Amino acid sequence: ADAGPFGLGRAATSDEVAAWNLDVRPDGSGLPVGAGNVEDGDVLFADNCASCHGDFAEGRGNWPKLAGGVDTLDHDDPLKTVGSYWPYLSTTWDYVNRSMPFGNAQSLSADEVYAVVAYILYSNDMVEDDFILSNETFLDVEMRNADGFIIDDRAETEYAQFSAAPCMENCKAEVEITMRALVLDVTPEEEDAEAAAQEQSAPVSKTKAEAPAAAAPVVVPVQESALDPGLVAEGAKVFKKCKACHQVGEGAKNKTGPLLNGIAGRAVGTIEGFRYSKSFQELSAEGAVWDDAALAAFLAKPKAYAPKTKMSFAGLKKDSDIAAMIAYLKSVSP
Amino acid sequence: AGDPLITEVQPWASGFGDGVDETPYGLPIKFESDVVRRNVEWLTADTISSINFTPIHALDGTITPQGCAFERHHSGAIELAKEDYRLMINGLVDRELIFTYADLERFPRVNQVNFLECAANTGMEWAGAQLNGAQFTHGMIHNMEYSGVSLRTILEEAGLTKAGDLKDKWIYVEGADASSNGRSIPMEKALDDCILAFKANGEALRKEHGYPVRLVVPGWEGNMWIKWIRRIEVTDAPVESREETSKYTDTLADGTSRKWTWVMDAKSVVTSPSPQSPITHGKGPLVITGLAWSGNGAIKRVDVSRDGGKTWAEARLAAPGQKMALTRFYLDIDWDGSEMLLQSRAMDETGYVQPTKTQLRAVRGLNSIYHNNCIQTWWVKESGEAENVEVS
Repeated sequence: ADAGPFGLGRAATSDEVAAWNLDVRPDGSGLPVGAGNVEDGDVLFADNCASCHGDFAEGRGNWPKLAGGVDTLDHDDPLKTVGSYWPYLSTTWDYVNRSMPFGNAQSLSADEVYAVVAYILYSNDMVEDDFILSNETFLDVEMRNADGFIIDDRAETEYAQFSAAPCMENCKAEVEITMRALVLDVTPEEEDAEAAAQEQSAPVSKTKAEAPAAAAPVVVPVQESALDPGLVAEGAKVFKKCKACHQVGEGAKNKTGPLLNGIAGRAVGTIEGFRYSKSFQELSAEGAVWDDAALAAFLAKPKAYAPKTKMSFAGLKKDSDIAAMIAYLKSVSP
Repeated sequence: AGDPLITEVQPWASGFGDGVDETPYGLPIKFESDVVRRNVEWLTADTISSINFTPIHALDGTITPQGCAFERHHSGAIELAKEDYRLMINGLVDRELIFTYADLERFPRVNQVNFLECAANTGMEWAGAQLNGAQFTHGMIHNMEYSGVSLRTILEEAGLTKAGDLKDKWIYVEGADASSNGRSIPMEKALDDCILAFKANGEALRKEHGYPVRLVVPGWEGNMWIKWIRRIEVTDAPVESREETSKYTDTLADGTSRKWTWVMDAKSVVTSPSPQSPITHGKGPLVITGLAWSGNGAIKRVDVSRDGGKTWAEARLAAPGQKMALTRFYLDIDWDGSEMLLQSRAMDETGYVQPTKTQLRAVRGLNSIYHNNCIQTWWVKESGEAENVEVS
């Protein structure tokens, strides 16, 4: 076609549009050809999703629950899940495909997305365990809350009653406090504010402040690395499974899991400020150390190594992945 | 005799301060270190997909500095260089186009000041007073002067002839980050006042606000203001993405849910005195101040009550209200030192009057999460300290 009014930009190629135009509509338009079953979805879900969403899509901690909550929408604190709330299956497929797994988005193939979505449906008792979700069976799935939505009606239901002439005098006879925030007291503490206030109220001294002693330069010893760069690169890929909960490297902080800087060779359960499970507190008391054997054992079967660990990750199945992970952790924080 | 700050020579009056190159890009002075965004840890599982709050209790005027304007990400604030930025327009357009950042800077530019309010602002207060501070109850808001290109200009560059009748057409807009956050917007709004912004308050957008380009959707919920916007698709139906079905829908008491509740209704809050900004000077002259805004147009009037809503006085607007922008109000009083139940009530140009919590709950119940624009009450005690409360 002709150029636009300003003649700016260039034509998008069909490959470019195909790469980004991924959204899927309620009628299934936009779905790629493909299929996946509940059984495969179970395995994929355990590997890619369960660390946040739980083995059965029931959710862990504050992470979203994807299953359950049927018939709770008219109760206090309704549980809104794919099964109880989401009106269109396309939304689940589209979201898993474009935005998940958390920290490793767009890493699943179309067939894998079909399988994961099939498993989420199964977890919600919406399909049987032999169900195969495909672009062809997609519209067969009935969503429980498909008819549960109305289009914004505030203009009709609210605006008239919220547009009365405002009262200025004698608007009510009595005013009583019916609820106080301090009863719940869930407000974060303002430590910074107190520190700043103290700084401000410090007595003004006539003596000029002494220049702080120049900080001694920190010498970082360069370690002779015996690590195989290929293995490290492989480990970096495997680490994507961990990123939603763990940070490593410069500026790493504790997240859902503790930061992993200097993990190799460190005493178990000793990161300051992290609340460890009972298992890790015990291991720490026993003086356990994260040597290669301990790391390998924990990475292979976390719950075998530390039965009460809060880490929901099921473990790395391949020995090669475990070796790569250990090499990677050593490389980023020697 | 006298104040040693006056009678004695102070170090700052005798020695040097910092040279001009000390801070090439300035930071607030250390005494203001408490004026920062704050996170409420228990709200979300992880800071990567979370929200923090603007310290509105400590700001004045109407423009929010970028450095303390609240953040909300679904997959973290990404670093996307201008050179790596691409904007695609596809779907029902005459020409499917790719723009670079440099291309966008060559279109005629517009400036506008708009507030951005998260639909969940004040959402934690549906079930009752629970967070003690205006920052936490009302801090999911900021107000900036945006510079950029009208979305209409970009859509017309791609051509809308192929779209035919525009009345039932939509655009789907999507971000470049891993959350791929996307929303459907009716074409009427897209062609009205939306802009693709690359500057805020005169300088480049901050990473956390969508550098290098974000969408501005005046008066509508913040989730639609797509950050790191990379694609605009012209469609004949809404996509019904996660952010417009499972989230950002408002569940009513009977279990049905409203969808497409895009507009942020008129709202206001007293920012000071408030729990984080107590009265420290005792009785006498007191400045009561706050913010008011409406997604339906300009604020016309704000009333303030000191007795929990029995009597009201009209506050002074610092400047006439502007459409879909924050308005600052003041009530200058002589405080007698007795306790107050402070409230503010906004009115916009449509005649809409900010409702009470009771009024809202009567229509919506307690589970709506979003769009809580109720009148807020601060119980200011004789000591000058304030607490978030609800009143009959």
